[in-house]
Amino acid sequence: MQIDLVRILTVSLAFIGIIGVIFGLGLAIAAAKFAVKVDPKVERVREVLPGANCGACGYAGCQGYAEAVAANPEVPPNLCAPGKAAVAEAIAQITGKTAAAVEPKVARIFCQGDSARSVKRFRYEGIKDCRAAVLAGGGDKACAYGCLGYGTCASVCPFGAITMNEYDLPVVDVEKCTGCRKCEIACPKKVIEVLPISKQVLVRCHSLDSGPVTRKNCQVGCIACGSCVKVCPFEAVSLNNNLARIDIEKCRRCGLCVMKCPTNAIMDYIPHRTKAYITDKCNGCTICAKVCPVNAASGVLKQKHVIDQERCIGCGICVDKCPKKAIIGTFNAETMDISEILEEAKKV
Amino acid sequence: MLNELGKIFIASALINNFVFTRYLGLCIFFGVSKRMETAVGMSMTFTSVMVISAALSWLVYNLVMLPLGLGFLKIVIFIGIVAAFVQAADTILRKISPGLYYKLGIYLVLITTNCIILAVPVINADEKYNFMQALTMGLGSGAGFSLALIIMASIREKLELADVPKVFQGLPIAFVLTGLIALAFLGFSGLIRL
Repeated sequence: MQIDLVRILTVSLAFIGIIGVIFGLGLAIAAAKFAVKVDPKVERVREVLPGANCGACGYAGCQGYAEAVAANPEVPPNLCAPGKAAVAEAIAQITGKTAAAVEPKVARIFCQGDSARSVKRFRYEGIKDCRAAVLAGGGDKACAYGCLGYGTCASVCPFGAITMNEYDLPVVDVEKCTGCRKCEIACPKKVIEVLPISKQVLVRCHSLDSGPVTRKNCQVGCIACGSCVKVCPFEAVSLNNNLARIDIEKCRRCGLCVMKCPTNAIMDYIPHRTKAYITDKCNGCTICAKVCPVNAASGVLKQKHVIDQERCIGCGICVDKCPKKAIIGTFNAETMDISEILEEAKKV
Repeated sequence: MLNELGKIFIASALINNFVFTRYLGLCIFFGVSKRMETAVGMSMTFTSVMVISAALSWLVYNLVMLPLGLGFLKIVIFIGIVAAFVQAADTILRKISPGLYYKLGIYLVLITTNCIILAVPVINADEKYNFMQALTMGLGSGAGFSLALIIMASIREKLELADVPKVFQGLPIAFVLTGLIALAFLGFSGLIRL
């Protein structure tokens, strides 16, 4: 059989060439005719986002947020929790919005009733998962509001920020936690709340049982005695349904309630409090001596006051009240900004 | 009993199921069978692309390539046809139906150069099917692939909760499962008498 090589070559080359041209033209026409204008900002925002698709921003993944933040001027650029301030700034720059300083949020565990300090109603021997345990009559814990301690939060955490301690209570690593709320959603007892990292004085109890019942179930529960409400100089604590609750907007982290709480249900996340110190700006108004809850500040009217470093508990109330801003060294001082708070929190 | 088209449909969907008998398209099969939702999305996209690309390549092959004596070029040309069609579908869908695009767009890109998509036109050409038979073949293959994906996805969703030994976790147990289902699919081979 005779094979006409030249003919086959020319025909096939011509055919492939023609079909290639047809496809190319067809695609070019389709691309031109059906062009969709994609906002280039979306692409750029998408690139600066971490791509974890965690949903902390409230949109369906990073793509969803990128589209929303580029298209809608109402959507703030600082919703990305894992990306923190750097991403918020980058998005603000791309979209031309102003980035309000984004304060990182972290998960806080609102229960201290670990296996050593709380009572169980029965022995649970099912799957080691809180969502399974809660199906067995609400869980084995005597306190219906407490952490079950089977580590569902630790297992859902995409960042490995939650570990279970030896007494079956979750511990949040604030450095790893991005505030994505996965644990908050997964926890069947709702003992996890995601709060701004600077809110460091919290009532770590969710029990709405009456005082005696709470006391019987758990050594570290809030028994609604009201001591914290009385001692709070900022009226931040209120008592509702047998549970003290600190209004995080009003709380100035002075820590007086922490000391007063008879059951240690209020937790101070501040690792070590620095002492207050009065500078030369003091004009001797005596306000600090009046407000100091531990009588550490003293001095004669119109003369510079001093603070007894032994007595000072670092509550920062005098710093807040001083009209001359003459007291420094502890909370509520003006120099203390978010970055310093972060540094402190990392020392935990 | 069954007419010719029915036989082709049954044969391509069950007896010669692409995944369980011909062992094609395994990458996508294992890739998207983790969740039912993606499996269903992929099945729909796959079936429609398969039917349309079968039709397009039948036209090009029988009306242009055979008369020119260029049958030997079919693999190259079919890849080109499928890729061009998928790309065009991607562009057009994006404009006409953004909703559908977001549902199926990610799968479209994945299947551009998939082996099943290529296998359907090649088998059509080898078997010298006519146009309707080629379409049925595409539809049947799509249905077979969808069936495989959905079976696998439903099993793997259950498997998430099962206590699988550590060495078998993930892909190994999926391969074992696929082997077992393939064995079961052998049972279909007596379904049609030629």
